[in-house]
Amino acid sequence: MNLEPVIQNLVFGLFVGALYGIAAVGLSLVFGVQKVLNVAHGSLIMLGGYASFWIFTWYGIDPFISIVLTVPMLFAFGLALYLGLFRFVTRLGEEERIKNSLLISFGLTLVLENVAIRLWTADERAVTTSYAGDGLTIEGIAFPYTRVASLIVAAVGVFLLHTFLTRTFAGKAIRATSEDWEAASLMGINVQRTYMVAFALGTAMAGIAGALVSVSYLVAPGIGLAWTLKALVVVVLAGMGSILGAFAAGILLGLVEALSIYVVGASYREVVGLLLFVLVLLLRPQGLFGRH
Amino acid sequence: MLELEADDIYVSYGDLTALWGVTLRVQQGEIVVLIGPNGAGKTTLMRAVAGLQPPYRGRILLDGEPVHQFRSHQLVERGVVLIPEGRRLFAGMTVLENLTMGAYTPKARKTLDETLRRVYTVFPVLAERRDQAAGTLSGGQQQMLAIGRALMAQPRLLLLDEPSLGLAPLVVGDIFDVLRQINQDGVTVLLAEQNARMALELAHRAYILEEGRVSGEGTAQEMLQADHVRRAYLGQVSPLESAPEA
Repeated sequence: MNLEPVIQNLVFGLFVGALYGIAAVGLSLVFGVQKVLNVAHGSLIMLGGYASFWIFTWYGIDPFISIVLTVPMLFAFGLALYLGLFRFVTRLGEEERIKNSLLISFGLTLVLENVAIRLWTADERAVTTSYAGDGLTIEGIAFPYTRVASLIVAAVGVFLLHTFLTRTFAGKAIRATSEDWEAASLMGINVQRTYMVAFALGTAMAGIAGALVSVSYLVAPGIGLAWTLKALVVVVLAGMGSILGAFAAGILLGLVEALSIYVVGASYREVVGLLLFVLVLLLRPQGLFGRH
Repeated sequence: MLELEADDIYVSYGDLTALWGVTLRVQQGEIVVLIGPNGAGKTTLMRAVAGLQPPYRGRILLDGEPVHQFRSHQLVERGVVLIPEGRRLFAGMTVLENLTMGAYTPKARKTLDETLRRVYTVFPVLAERRDQAAGTLSGGQQQMLAIGRALMAQPRLLLLDEPSLGLAPLVVGDIFDVLRQINQDGVTVLLAEQNARMALELAHRAYILEEGRVSGEGTAQEMLQADHVRRAYLGQVSPLESAPEA
């Protein structure tokens, strides 16, 4: 049997999986810290994608470079969203938060989607860089530059977030708040401010994911829910609130999807993720990397 | 100087009122203990003072300043630190990370290294286990960590809610010794405790809380001799005496 196409498939699975991972870490962070399930996360990725696309179209700046602009932009947007909307959800008890955040963020999805249609039309956009389609070929396996760069950017983004959460005072405060917000407030931690920062960080992660989507996939107003679903599958696979775990689970999903075309064919690839989702919920509800 | 005053406070959880006009005063340097049966409102009173459950009527004054609308993190900055019931450690974080979080306020952060050395002197076991997850410590060690974490905030008023809960009697003795030491170093202590005899032996003054109201107060000595207290709270031998040899 010729292994080359299988390996090629796995390599692409790895690339796709890294994108799933970075798409999921923001969702995972926000849910883990404040029990807010933000189904508008995919729409935030959509906004990140548009930001990259327009910066590229107007100023010719490569999305891999303009990330230093899109990430702060999305961070600021996250702050505004938290202050204007989610602040009112996190005042509720933890049980109420999940229900209410679902309703609010689903509404937000619709709003963001329609505003995007209004502003930028429903056309599908994509960034085509001068080097799109170029790449390395090693032993007959293709490594397109955009995909390799995406993998690196995703990994660096996750690594930086992880380092922030484990090595800095503010990051540890976020983890402490996610473990027990009341105990955190007894340490002098301003819980509402911590929630705000965590939400903005999660939105910034959506900015990274959006930039990567713009170079490898399509950006359109309606892509939000599909990305939310992917991110949700990954978060459940990983276990809630585990950042490195979410990235690893994203890669796992990418690889499993890639291999699944040999079993169920390419047209059922999407089903495999959902099947994995159900299996994990049945057999290991705390997720592959979850603690509880 | 520090003085805490709860002035006729009412606290409720939704429709359920847990404290009905409680008045209490704690002065600089004191150890004051709240005794009373389960469900009497001891925890609620602690939570109200710490800013977790604000009273809907009445006032709480700290050095004469009304603080009952302050949130807990603002009270920590003013030196009021609660060790809640069940300790509430950050179980997935290391011992050192828990202690570091204790020194979150800007003021405490400045002297973090020095305070950490002091906490390690009081509880050497925490130094040995600094890189271990807090959730893997034994009950006694967890209580030590909870106290150590609170000391990191450099409290002026330390509130402890049932520190002896679930601990072996010998460990409880150690914990109370540490509390006495902390108090002698200048920290005022308000303690809610079911283990009335040990608590009264430690405290200067005591309040009895029953069904959400203060039903008695006095010096610890008076309490140890009062008929009502002896019957209701000291009647059975304390766990320290009844426990088998460890």
